[in-house]
Amino acid sequence: MNKISRRELIYGGVAATAGAAGLATAERMAKRYGLIPPDGSGIYGPGETLTYACQRILTTCTPAREFPRSMISKNPFANEIAPPTDEFKRMQAAGFKEWRLVVDGTVARPLVLSLSDLKTMPMRSQITEVACEEGWSYIAEWIGTPLSSVLREAVLLPATRYIVYYAVEKSLWGSIDMTDAMDPHTLLTMGMNDGDLPVPFGGPLRLRVPRQLGYKSLKFVTHITATDNIKKFGKGLGSVDPEYGYSWYAGI
Amino acid sequence: MVRATHWLTFIAFIALLVTGGEIVISHPRFYWGEVGNVNTKPLFVISIPSSRDTVPTKYNYVMPNQNGWSRYLHFEAAWAAVLTGLVYGIYGVVSGHFRKNLLPERRDWAWRAYRDRIAQYLRRIPPGGAEENSYNVLQRTAYAVVIFVLFPLIIWTGLAMSPSFTAAFPWTAALLGGRQSARTIHLIDSGLLLLFLLVHVTTVAVSGFRSRMRAMIMGYSRDSTCDFREGR
Repeated sequence: MNKISRRELIYGGVAATAGAAGLATAERMAKRYGLIPPDGSGIYGPGETLTYACQRILTTCTPAREFPRSMISKNPFANEIAPPTDEFKRMQAAGFKEWRLVVDGTVARPLVLSLSDLKTMPMRSQITEVACEEGWSYIAEWIGTPLSSVLREAVLLPATRYIVYYAVEKSLWGSIDMTDAMDPHTLLTMGMNDGDLPVPFGGPLRLRVPRQLGYKSLKFVTHITATDNIKKFGKGLGSVDPEYGYSWYAGI
Repeated sequence: MVRATHWLTFIAFIALLVTGGEIVISHPRFYWGEVGNVNTKPLFVISIPSSRDTVPTKYNYVMPNQNGWSRYLHFEAAWAAVLTGLVYGIYGVVSGHFRKNLLPERRDWAWRAYRDRIAQYLRRIPPGGAEENSYNVLQRTAYAVVIFVLFPLIIWTGLAMSPSFTAAFPWTAALLGGRQSARTIHLIDSGLLLLFLLVHVTTVAVSGFRSRMRAMIMGYSRDSTCDFREGR
């Protein structure tokens, strides 16, 4: 065994102090610039925070990948989740005329919109990929109105930090930060491949978030809440996904 | 430095291997190109049961789903591996470790050097004198391929599966042929790294597990001339 020399001890001490100071500074900076995700604590907190912070620094202003029409998948996979409720089936039988999207929270003008109201807003179409966390993917054309145009209509208050969204079953909910919320590719989707959005793919209304994995693109959306404090929702982890063990930020 | 980063990488790699395996179970089908799903013809299928009932397999049961924590740990371990690799990479260049110990020596840049060394292994001729303290051409080649090819490629193919990263850098997916190609290469690369791990552990065991382990952890070994301490 060789003894640790005084020089090594000094170098080690300086390195450790510098490292600790660097980490503390990094944490303060990350908090200040909103680079810590809602589930950024616990044993996986450092990894999640590094991923989210790097993505926010690197990819904030870059739009989702779009593909040529020839690459649209012939047989997309619907990945049907639990069968819709009786209420849903009743609305489906009536052609979703009663479907409403409630927009509230930190907004100056809360809204209640029908699907035909949404269709009078600026429409946009995009050919983007759905990538599931399991590994599979498909490409489709998605038609709808950008979430940002609905939020502008509702007049967001400046304190807004996150947009929370719920499915027809309120236990299914998620949230995105303002970067993804204001991205013109984040689409309140009503159409798919030149037809109405089919129910197995989330019809009549799905929030497509193409820069994140499929599970952030919630199906059957009925309610959008703007908030300045994500901790008030559920267990305070930003969406229902971390409560099942899945990370809040799925742009990886 | 080399030893510390070696063992940090080892811990991160085991975590990545286990969690990566768990993630594969949720969709053990592999494709080529941009897209692929159960309605697409696969390139190949790993014949294991799946943790999703939507994936057709030969087995009539569904494995428990472990993707949540596996994904959290996979990405955290990936950060640990990348940051460790960064420290090691900078050290390797600055200290001359790569040049001195890893890249094959110039006199060995010939097929003959490889052939001779393989023959030596096959005849089980023990290394003589100076060789025991240095890596031979086969070891150098194996280590260099792992460090300069397989690890960078697995980081690249991992990033090429990130929807947000590929939004910023579309060429990272496009150069590989698409997202599903990246996933397939990621799997094959992890298989090669696992193969390296098995061979590496076997050679350590064959050449005296206790003395080599002592050398790999402490830097030197009492019962051999093997010495991994830096600056020697």
